[in-house]
Formats: sequence, C-alpha cells, structure tokens
Amino acid sequence: MTTDAASRTIARRERASAAASVADRGPARERPRFTSRRWFRIVGGALIPLALLAAWQVVSTSGAVPVSQLPSPEMVWLAAVDLAERGLLGLYVAISTQRVFIGFAFGALFGLLAGAVVGLSRLGDVLLSPTLGAVRAVPSLAWVPLLILWFGIGEDSKVILISIGAFFPVYTIVASSLRHVDTRLLEAGRAFGLRGATLFATVQLPAVVPSVIAALRLALAQAWLFLVAAELIASSMGLGFLLSDSGNSGRIDRIFLAIILLAVLGKLSDALVGLLERWAVRRSA
Amino acid sequence: MTTAPAAPATAAPAAPVALRGVGRAFTAPDGGTRDVLRGVDLDVEAGEIVAILGPSGCGKSTLLRIVAGLDHPTSGGVAIDEAPVRPYDVRCAVGFQEPRLLPWRSIEKNVALGLPRGTARRDGRAQVARLLELVGLAEFAGHRPHEVSGGMAQRASLARALARNPEVLLLDEPFGALDALTRLKMQDLLLDVHAAEPTTVLLVTHDVDEALQLADRIVLLGSDGDAPGAGIRQTVVVPGHRPRDRGSAELAELRGRLLDGLGIDRHGAARGIQATTTIPHYPY
Repeated sequence: MTTDAASRTIARRERASAAASVADRGPARERPRFTSRRWFRIVGGALIPLALLAAWQVVSTSGAVPVSQLPSPEMVWLAAVDLAERGLLGLYVAISTQRVFIGFAFGALFGLLAGAVVGLSRLGDVLLSPTLGAVRAVPSLAWVPLLILWFGIGEDSKVILISIGAFFPVYTIVASSLRHVDTRLLEAGRAFGLRGATLFATVQLPAVVPSVIAALRLALAQAWLFLVAAELIASSMGLGFLLSDSGNSGRIDRIFLAIILLAVLGKLSDALVGLLERWAVRRSA
Repeated sequence: MTTAPAAPATAAPAAPVALRGVGRAFTAPDGGTRDVLRGVDLDVEAGEIVAILGPSGCGKSTLLRIVAGLDHPTSGGVAIDEAPVRPYDVRCAVGFQEPRLLPWRSIEKNVALGLPRGTARRDGRAQVARLLELVGLAEFAGHRPHEVSGGMAQRASLARALARNPEVLLLDEPFGALDALTRLKMQDLLLDVHAAEPTTVLLVTHDVDEALQLADRIVLLGSDGDAPGAGIRQTVVVPGHRPRDRGSAELAELRGRLLDGLGIDRHGAARGIQATTTIPHYPY
C-alpha cells in the first residue's frame, strides 16, 4: 500500500471514531444547562444580596436593634445622597480607586519581574529569594511609620504601601509556578530547538498564565486591603478616611456606606481581572 | 490514487550514527556513582532502522537521550555523520514516550513547533499540512491535544518529530503507552513514513515483536552478570524485507531467542515441553 493510501485509510477510520465520540457527548448544538444560562446566573447571584437587604430592612425598622447600632438601608442611602451632594462621595471613590490601581499596577509589575527572575534563573533564586522572603515576613502595617517618615503623608506613601501589598502575592505565585512548569514539556521544547526568550514565550509563559491571573486577583484584593490600612492611618480623603472619620464622629450610616462601597468596588475591579482572564484563556488555552 | 506521493519538501539526507565506547554514570544519592551504560559501540548506517531492546531500567532511554544530545556521556562519544553530537542537536528529532504536546496549542501548531528555525511561513504551513495528512490527522489540525485520543496525540508527536526533517529520528518507546491494536497500526504508519522519508531511525522498545516488525537490526542491551552498567549483549540482523509477516515462523523462532536473551523463559522445547500443534486447521 502507498503511504498516501495508508494515511487516508487511517484518516477515514479516525473520522468514524471521532463522529462516534461526538455522538457520545450528545447533540452538537445542545442547549446550555439551566444553571449556566446568563439570566439565571445574574438572578442567582443577586438572590442572597437582595435577601440580606430585605432582612436588614426588616430588622432595622422593627426596632429590635437601635438605629445607633444598625442604621436602616434608607439612612445609608440618604448618607450617600448627602455626601454626593457635597461632592465628597465621588471624590472619595475616585481617589481610593486611583490609589488602588496605581499601587496595584506597580506592585504587580515588579512582582511579575521578580517572580520571573527567581522562577527562571537559579542564580536569581539564590540571590533574591531569601531577602524577598524576609521582607514578605514583615507585617504590612510595620511599614507605615517608616513610609510616612520617608515619603510624608501624601500619595506616595499610600501608593507604595499598596504596591507592597500587591507585590508579594504576584511574586510568590509567579516564581513558584514558573519553577514548576512541566520539565518534560521544557525538555521537548529544548529538543525542538527552543531556548531563552523563545522557550519562555512558547512554553513557560503560556503554562503559567492561569496562575498569573490567579495571582493578579489575589494581588488586587490585597491592594484594597492595604488601601484601607493606609487611609485609616493617615489621610484626608478616600474610603478609609470616611471609615475612620465616621467612626470618630459616630456616623454609623456612613460606616455602612463605606463598607458597601468597598465591597462593590472590590467586586467590580475583580470583574475587570475576570475579563482579562477570559481574554488570556481565549488567546492561550 | 492520483495525488502526488507524500514526498518531503526539502529532504535532509539520512545520516549514519556512530557510538564509540559510550558510558554513562549517574551520581547516586549517597555521593557514589552508579554505572548505567558501559562501553557501548554501535554503528548505524544511514537510513537504517535499529531497534534497541532491553529490560526495563537498563539504560535504553539514556542511550537514546545521549544520541539526541539531551544527555551527555561520561565516557566515549557519539557522532552523527562524523561530527560529534552537540547539546539538543539540530540533526536529531525525538519522539518521546509520551506525546509531550503543548496543551494550549492546536495539533497543527504543535506540529509546527518541530519545523527547523527560519522556515518560511508558507513553506512551514505546507509542510505541516503534508505531515498531518501523512499521519492521518488532517481533520484534527485545529483540535487541542486533550480533545484527541492517545494514539492521535502520539501520531501528532511523531509528525512534530518528522517536521524537523531530521537526519536521525530517535524514538523512545513511542508506542509503549498505546493499546495493542493502535500500536500495530502505529508500527505500520512508521514503516510507511520511513518508506516515504528514509531517515535513520533509532527505536527504543521493550516489545520484541515491535522490534522484529520494524527494525533492520536489533541490539540487545543488558548487563552481563555481575559487572555494573549495561552494554550490547547481542546484535541480531532481522531477516526478510519489511513489511514482514507478523505470523512468520522464522520471526517466531527469533522472538524466542530474543526473549531468552532478555531472561524470559520461553517454556518451549528447551524445557522438554512438546511443541504444540494442537490448533486444528480450518474447517474444524
């Protein structure tokens, strides 16, 4: 038999078996499962927040808990309107978001670089990882007095603190996932002539994309955490300032407002990383 | 069949391989050294298929990795076409025991990974399409490795190795993880591919039948008694031309001898057991 004929016979057999396996999985244009439909996911995700809101409304208006402990949803809404009318709400949200994004950008960038150096080069690992491990062990708030002394109570010290918070999850996860890329795939890549930058771009980088995205999500959560830490301690605006100021003046409605805003903003920024994740998965998976 | 035969676009000539006194010792955890290979001398002619047969753990794969430049010998050396093998030598292509395809790339792009650096994009695409046709995967070019069967992934891996247009093709138990029937089909495919592109092939296997079916010569690797490290115990020239009759009595006899060389009791006349001819002829 000629090669051509042989390969065709094989192709025909494969086609038949592939058709069989598709049939096993059911019809090709299957309706999406009930639980994965778009409207169901939106409604399902909103159920618990709405239930909580209803419970909150009932408890706060029933008088079981004094409003000084638990303000009603309406009070929180009025506090938001009041702040918005004074132009403070937008300002606080904007400045906090800006701090988080700038700090996150720098922290994640340096985290990626340091993680790549430590994960890819043995020399980098030997030189850097003990020091970075020690720095990571310092509790975040311990940096605050030092940063304030060095950079003053301005934007710099806050953004740097947030960068520190975003740096370590990215650095740790990227370094360890690069170190654990399947050595058999690496060897295959090298056997087919890949090395250095091309090996990195072809094998190592695509292999760690899912972990990098997970690291960015974690880093973003850390950035919001460190934002509040920075603003609680020394600031004149922002959501953390709103929290500490309201705490001092006993405005529990504003405390609730600040917490709700942090939850919403954190979720929205996480959704942005989710979009990035979907894009990256489409590109590389 | 009116289509042109699957001829390579740019055929690299097959190259002879010479192993001279190849030895490899690994450092044991206790700091000592453990000899795996010792004094392996072997000459493979250009275009020849040589099967390396041996019991599990005898250093077959190590020998192959040394020829590919994935590992280095502690003594002796390997030359392809009289030039010593360099690390990750470009003249070799390796088909690994597992497919080792990049899971995030399509079959087509995985095969393209094997193309020599600097292949023009158009030529590369044509070459990949040709190879996918050759291994019967043209329909699955856009699939990801996890979407195809193990045998198909292994065929893609073979196509990737062929895309390199190698002077020496090194196969490390390439069909070992496949089911028995798929393995037989893959063996035939390899013979077809070799007929179309007669490159030098070194095939590591522990399957005696596979070696008899595919090889011009079979090299039996093993250690002789108490000396550590494996060497060539026996070289067998397989009679006849490929494709060989899987049921031939001559090959059956050779199989018995090779199994004996591997330390497997053949339960035959040597132990006084009558040769069985109890299978009645059809019609019963």
